Formats: sequence, C-alpha cells, structure tokens
Amino acid sequence: MTERVRKLREQSINAVPHVSPERARIVTGFYKEAQFLSAPMRRAMTFRRIMEQKDICINDGELIVGERGPAPKATYTFPELCCHTIQDLDILNSREKVWFRVEESTRKEYSDSIIPFWKGNTIREKIFEEMTDAWKAAYSAGIFTEFMEQRAPGHTVLDDKIYRKGLKDFKREIAHSLETLDFLNDPEAYNKKEELAAMSIAIDGVLTLAHRYADKAQEMAGRERDAARKAELESIALVCRHVPANAPTTFWEALQYYWFVHLGVITELNPWDAFNPGRLDQHLYPFYQSGVADGSLDEEKARELLECFWVKFNNQPAPPKVGVTAAESSTYTDFANINTGGLKPDGSDGVNELTHLVLDVINEMRLVQPSSNIQLSRKNPDEFLKHACRVIREGRGQPSIFNADTIVEELLRQGKSVEDARSGGASGCVETGAFGKESYILTGYFNLPKVLEITLANGTDPRTGKRIGIESGDPASFRTFDDLLGAFKLQLRHFIEIKLRGNNVIERLYAEHMPVPFLSVLIDDCIKKGKDYNNGGARYNTNYIQGVGIGTITDSLAALKYHVFERKSFPLSGFLRMLAQDFEESEKDRLQLVNMSPKYGNDDQYADGLMQWVFEAFYDLVNGRKNTKGGVYRINLLPTTCHVYFGSVTGATPDGRRSGMPLSEGISPVQGADRKGPTAVLKSAGKMDHVRTGGTLLNQKFTPQLLESEKGIENLTHLVRSYFTLGGHHIQFNVVNAQTLREAQAHPEQHRDLIVRVAGYSDYFCDLGKSLQDEIITRTEHQGF
Amino acid sequence: MTTAEVLAEIEKDVVFYDQSGGGASFSGGEPLLQHEFLVSLLKGCKRLNIHTVVDTAGLTTAAILDGVSAFADLFLYDLKTLDDAKHREFTGVSNVQILSNLRRLSDQQKPVIVRLPLIPGVNDTFEDIRRVGEFVAQLGNVHEIHLLPYHPTGTEKYVRLGKEFEMEGAVPPSADDLSLYVKELRQYVAGVSIGG
Repeated sequence: MTERVRKLREQSINAVPHVSPERARIVTGFYKEAQFLSAPMRRAMTFRRIMEQKDICINDGELIVGERGPAPKATYTFPELCCHTIQDLDILNSREKVWFRVEESTRKEYSDSIIPFWKGNTIREKIFEEMTDAWKAAYSAGIFTEFMEQRAPGHTVLDDKIYRKGLKDFKREIAHSLETLDFLNDPEAYNKKEELAAMSIAIDGVLTLAHRYADKAQEMAGRERDAARKAELESIALVCRHVPANAPTTFWEALQYYWFVHLGVITELNPWDAFNPGRLDQHLYPFYQSGVADGSLDEEKARELLECFWVKFNNQPAPPKVGVTAAESSTYTDFANINTGGLKPDGSDGVNELTHLVLDVINEMRLVQPSSNIQLSRKNPDEFLKHACRVIREGRGQPSIFNADTIVEELLRQGKSVEDARSGGASGCVETGAFGKESYILTGYFNLPKVLEITLANGTDPRTGKRIGIESGDPASFRTFDDLLGAFKLQLRHFIEIKLRGNNVIERLYAEHMPVPFLSVLIDDCIKKGKDYNNGGARYNTNYIQGVGIGTITDSLAALKYHVFERKSFPLSGFLRMLAQDFEESEKDRLQLVNMSPKYGNDDQYADGLMQWVFEAFYDLVNGRKNTKGGVYRINLLPTTCHVYFGSVTGATPDGRRSGMPLSEGISPVQGADRKGPTAVLKSAGKMDHVRTGGTLLNQKFTPQLLESEKGIENLTHLVRSYFTLGGHHIQFNVVNAQTLREAQAHPEQHRDLIVRVAGYSDYFCDLGKSLQDEIITRTEHQGF
Repeated sequence: MTTAEVLAEIEKDVVFYDQSGGGASFSGGEPLLQHEFLVSLLKGCKRLNIHTVVDTAGLTTAAILDGVSAFADLFLYDLKTLDDAKHREFTGVSNVQILSNLRRLSDQQKPVIVRLPLIPGVNDTFEDIRRVGEFVAQLGNVHEIHLLPYHPTGTEKYVRLGKEFEMEGAVPPSADDLSLYVKELRQYVAGVSIGG
C-alpha cells in the first residue's frame, strides 16, 4: 500500500459520520417553487439543482474525486421519502453504535424549514396511509417487513455500457427516442416525452458536477506548491473534463467515470444497495491492457487507483434511517458488492490478471465498504478460488463466494437471454440479477416460523391476542400431520397475499411520484421504451419476497411430526401449553426437543424433506405472481440481520427455541443444530432447489487454525466446489474463533478493527448490537471439515 | 448398524470424495477387532469405487490381515517402538507380530503410512526414532511417516472420570525437538510430517 493510500484509508476510517442537511435543503427549496411539473421533470430538475449547488471537495492526495455530501461521511437525507423528526435526529446523534453526529444548525434547519414542509407529504406517510388494516396488523406483528418505506427501489448493478459510451452518447440516444415518439397512435407518448426529457436533464446534472470538479482541481493546481501534487490535480482536471461526457480511454478515466455515475445514482434517491460497478475486473481489463501496452500504466499504478476508488465507497455510509429503525439499525454499510471472476458473455472463463489484483486490493484495504465477492464457475481455475480463500483466511469475511453456473441457470430459468445471464451476477447480500438490464427489487423479509405460530393458534397472534390470520382450524382437530401442514399453507397464502397486495400499491407510489431519470439512463431498455426504472422501463422487472427462518420452521415441523404425530410422546395440547409458557418448568422436555428430534443440517432426509416441503409451499405461493411493471414475483432466502428482529417477535417454537431468541439465519441450520460437521450442512442445504430462487445465503464459520496451511486452503476449495456441485448458490466464511469474539464483546475498545461476516455483508463486530454479537458467537464453530 | 446402513452413510459424502480425492477411513479403537464387518464394508466400498483407509495397530493374525488387505486401499499403521522389551513394558504385548505384519503388507506392496506416536520418556529418544527410520527404510511400501506428538488434551477427562492420570507432568515435545526428529527421519523416508 502506498503512503497516499495509507493516508486516504486512515482519513476514511477516522472521518466522522454526520448528517448533512445540504440535500434536504436544496430539495425542499426546489419543491417549494416547482408547481406545474410532471413527476419525472420535477425529479430531474431537483437532481440537476443538487448537482449545481452542492458543496464539492477534493481531499488531500486523492486521485479519484467526488463525495456525495460536502465531505467524506457527510451523509445526505431524503426527506421526500421519509423525513427525520427532531427525535430521530437526536437518536442518531446519541445512540451508542452506528451513530451520526447532528450539528445544532442541522437540527434547527430541520425544525424551521425541512420538517414543516414535508410533514404529511412523504412517500413513507403515503405508504402507511394506503395500507389496509390487515397489512398493518401483519406488519406490526412482525410477519413481514417493508423495504420501500424508507429507501427507494434500487437493488441493481451496472454492466459495461459506460465503458463504451459517454453521457453525451446517451443524450443522443435519448434524442433519438424523443424523435421517434408517435403522438398519433401511442397513448403513452406524452408520458414518454416527459420521462426522456427528464433523463436528458439528469445527465446535464452529472455533466455539470464533473465540470465543477474539473474547475476545482484546476483552481487547486494553481495554488499548489508541491510540483507532484500540482501535476496530479491537473490530471484530475483533465480526467473530469473527458469523463463522464465521453467514453473513457484510460484506466483512471474508467474508474472516475463510474464514480460520477455512482454519485449520481445515490444522490438522486437512496436506492437499496447503493449502486455497484458489477464485474469490475472484466470491465476495466481492456483499459489495463492498453495502459500496460503503451507504458502509461503498470500494476502498481493500477493498484493505487483501485485503492483510491475503494476509499470512496467507504466514505459514503448508508443513509440514516428514521423511526424505530433509527434506533435499531446496525450498519454503515450500503451493500455495494463488487463482483470478480465468473464467465464472459461468450461463456468462457472470465478470470484475468486484474481479478487477482482486485483480490489483493480487498486484502490490503480491509474496509467494510465496498463489499466484494467472487463468481466461481466450473470453468474458473482453482488458483482463483485459492487466492480468494487466502483472502478469506485473513478473517474479514470477504470475499463471499457465488456459484456463477447456478446464477446463470437461475437467470435462464427466469427467461433471460444467455448473454444477459452470463453478464449477470450477485449484488446486495446474495441477490441474482442481470446487470445493467434488470430491476430486481427486494420488497421485504417474510417470517416463516411466525406463520406456524399463528397457525397453531388458529389465526391469532399469541403475543398480542389479536386475530391477524384466518381461521385455519383448531389445532385440537388436527388428526394427522398433513392436517397441520394444510392449515399452515392456508395461513401462508393469507399473509403472502396481504404482502403482495401492499407491494403492488407501493410500487405504483414510486412509479407515479418518485421516478429516477438518472438511474433510468443507465439501465436497458429505459431509454428505448421511454419508461422509468421505477415504472417497468428495465428489460427485466422482478420483485422478491425473502423467506427467513427456514431452519427454525423446518426443525419445528420435524419436532411436531416426530413427537406429536408419530411417537406421540406429547399430546398436541400439552405441547402448545409448553410453548405458551415458554418451556417454563419443562426444561427436560425442551431438551428432548432440542436433542432428540430430527434436525435440518445433518443430511437427514426426515428433516430435510420438510425443508423441501416448506420451500415448495413458499415458492408456489409467490413465484410467478404478477407485479405492476410487467414482471413477476420470485423468492429469495436470506435474512441479512432480520432473523434477530423476527426472533424477537416470535414466541417459543416447537424445535425448543425459547421466545424472543433469534431465528435461524440464511439457509443455515438452527444455531447449534448441525452436529455432523460442515459436509452434512452442505448436503442438507444442497437439497434446496437453488435454481428456482434469486439467491440463498449460507454462512459457515471456521477457526483460523483450520486454514493456516496450504492444505487447509485446499480443503476449503474442495468444500466450496462440492457445495457448488450440489447446486448451492452462495457460501461465505467467518474465520475467527469464538474466544476472540467474546474478548471483543467484553473489550470492544481493543477490537475495533475486528470485521466479521454478518449476513450478506461484513461489518465491524463492535458496531453490532449485543444480541447479534451473541448470535454470531453461537453460530456453530466448526473445528474440522 | 448393518453393512448396508453404514455404506449408505458413507455414500452420502461421495460428492466430497469426488472433489478432494478422499474416501472412507476405518479407525477405532481397533477396526481389526471387528474384521468380518470391516471386510464387508471394504468390499462394499470397492463396489462403489470409494477409496478406503484402515487405521490399525497391526496386532492380528496374518490370515485376518490378508483378508482386510485384499480390499483396503491404504493402511495407517501405528508403530510405537522397535524395542521389544519396551513395547512389552508399555503396551503389555510384544511387537514381533506387529512388525511381521508390517513386512507382510510390504511384501504385498500395499501402500502404508506409518504413524509414530511420540510419548515423552517412553519412545522419544533419538535411538528409538532412528531405529524406526531404519526399519521403515527397508520396506518398499512406506513413503510417509506421520509423527503424532503427545498432547495433554485428555487430562481434564481423567479428572472428570475420577481416574488417576499417569502422564501427569509429561511435557509435549518442543517444536525444536520435533524438527530434529523430522530431519532425522527424512534420511530414511521422503514424506515426514507432524500430525496427520
């Protein structure tokens, strides 16, 4: 790492996260004056205004320029979606972890002008106003969460288009689309005109920003005494004059172009998972090759530029939440997840020299952002996987490993072309998408064990006594296990349909009020169709519901089947009483449930067959349902950290889990239920039909000793290849020992730099809440393969 | 458990053997004490083309050994000391049969990895180690020795069972000692590693 990078990295880590009212101020000002504008024009002109007026800075020594806010970690808010109250700001300022400093002047600006303007006029308020009582009851009971109440749909990734075309080229395409509008025969022509004009204005905004940076760099160069830095600032000015207006010609320009585009997307709105360059190694490789060939670039220079680029991601924390989530949210990570390796669009091995350089950069930078993953195909060489495993061994939870071949299969099953499928990959936590061509929206986590709890209470939530489900039958009337499964499926349908109904309303709210003309420029085929990303403009439009707690629900069904219906060791009534009392005074019975029942994660078909049944039930009820953008719903199985929240609202479960404890995480077995080692876990998880999902998440934890030698690395590669032979979608490793984690919990001050894999992302262990920390400690620590 | 049940369990992990070149290991206790069952499992694995390893102390008859050897792909063979008096003193039996069985496997050209437990004060002298090396060097089928240094991990278990721990105070061999042993053994056998 060069001295420059070391300093930039240090600056980034030490920068104080704080709320910047700048964006809120500009947006509020613009909305006050903009009266007769269509939604796309209003959004585009707001965006251009921000780009014209925002404060800009070039940090000491940096080569890639541009911050979203006025300074590193000065974090924007998005009052048009959800406006922070004074209480929210105070919580952000004072909470122990993942805090944001709020200046008194910010607080004042909020109470004087921002809050009064937005009160009653935010998307969030509109959402809650539009939702039915049934939706609200299920939402507050913790059956599902709602992704779009604070953040905009995003969940998308860029392909290679910006490396071939400048924004001026996109403007020409937009002009062409405008010219060919058919106002005589196309009833949507006017809407398309507004959208296309808005796209063009949004581009002007980003071009303006780039020119402002060029001017700033030039001006700083004029004042700079140090000759070397002066030359660098002059280069920065040249780069910013060339891109993003034109297609990049050098490695440096390619990175800077992406970064301007990234800033545009995350300033326009606060889309989920920020934004993401996708296959960085493949996109940059031609620039790397030509730079090396003409002598303007070498490996060290490329490494330094990549590392400067890495720092920029870390300077942009995820926008702070409002309401309950302001108190609970436990990450600064915004889920940009860089892909390496995989396949080329023609189906050949996509690994190149730059892939290895990117892995080195991940290893050196040791930052929580950006997240990174490798796309591993059977066509990729083992040395690629080994290199990744050596980085994983360092214990910071990165990169995670995806099965590129399964991802291609998932996308093909969804009807994508083979080239689009091969250029796709994973983003956010583990979500599959066709990069640059798909809007793939996660809409909310879904609490599968809670639905069983409500089934066993015939439609009532035992926590509140409120009836929120349907009457699916008095459990006393269940004569067979199939009766119970039938009732469960009725409740599942009920709640999934409530969720889908709500989603279809929320989706329209974004389509009508919150178009994203700049993001629409970047995703095919919005320009061609004259439609916004949030309104079906993308080539593919997929919505997801993410199932949580597959391990807990499976083990719970297995315990009921085994003990109540087969061995008849407990009558159902007694069993239910035990659950109602949270196993108080029945610890012996609880231990029998924990230790003497078939459990998912042990390659035991008794339990694994039930996992498959739940998967099929969930899949049947969700997959193929229509969204409002011409696409369909599909399922994912990932929790991020939601298994902790869902656990806190779910009573004792039949697998012996006590009330309030976390649910199982990802598609992992229940914490501690896997007793036959990692190979059995992989076998069980491999029985899920990953190809019919848009992503599953599997965590494994190893102690560092296991991977010390090259033999250990080799064993890990065999384990990964085996899981992928079984069709697994994703696997990630935490390489730390429980002892270290306990020490970090007791003495956070000595372990500030400890990074662990949480779910689809890595985070500082000490920033996590106590219950999440405990949960990570108890995740089975595998001592041998 | 029946042969079929054990084989079904072994077969579950074929996907991993395919990737790693691994297979099934039979250890114990002493698997040769149940040699009929062992042979039926080895035959089953052979049918499934799964690689097999038998981990044994080698105290058995030539006939039993031959029966097992006919179906096993590799032996992990414990060799404690060449000194028969010492062998008798610490294990209660002579090593004559054990050594002759090892020669027998050599005559059959059956691949063997010799495993040498290093017990402080018992067989950890240079003389002990050198003699093992010399013996193994004469055999055509041993290309690897695994040194298994003593460790006190089991101490706690003795305490919990209320048993006297006879190795109280024994010190595991130091890393320096171990590297000297490895160096010495490498003069006789190419592959020497610690642990295994």
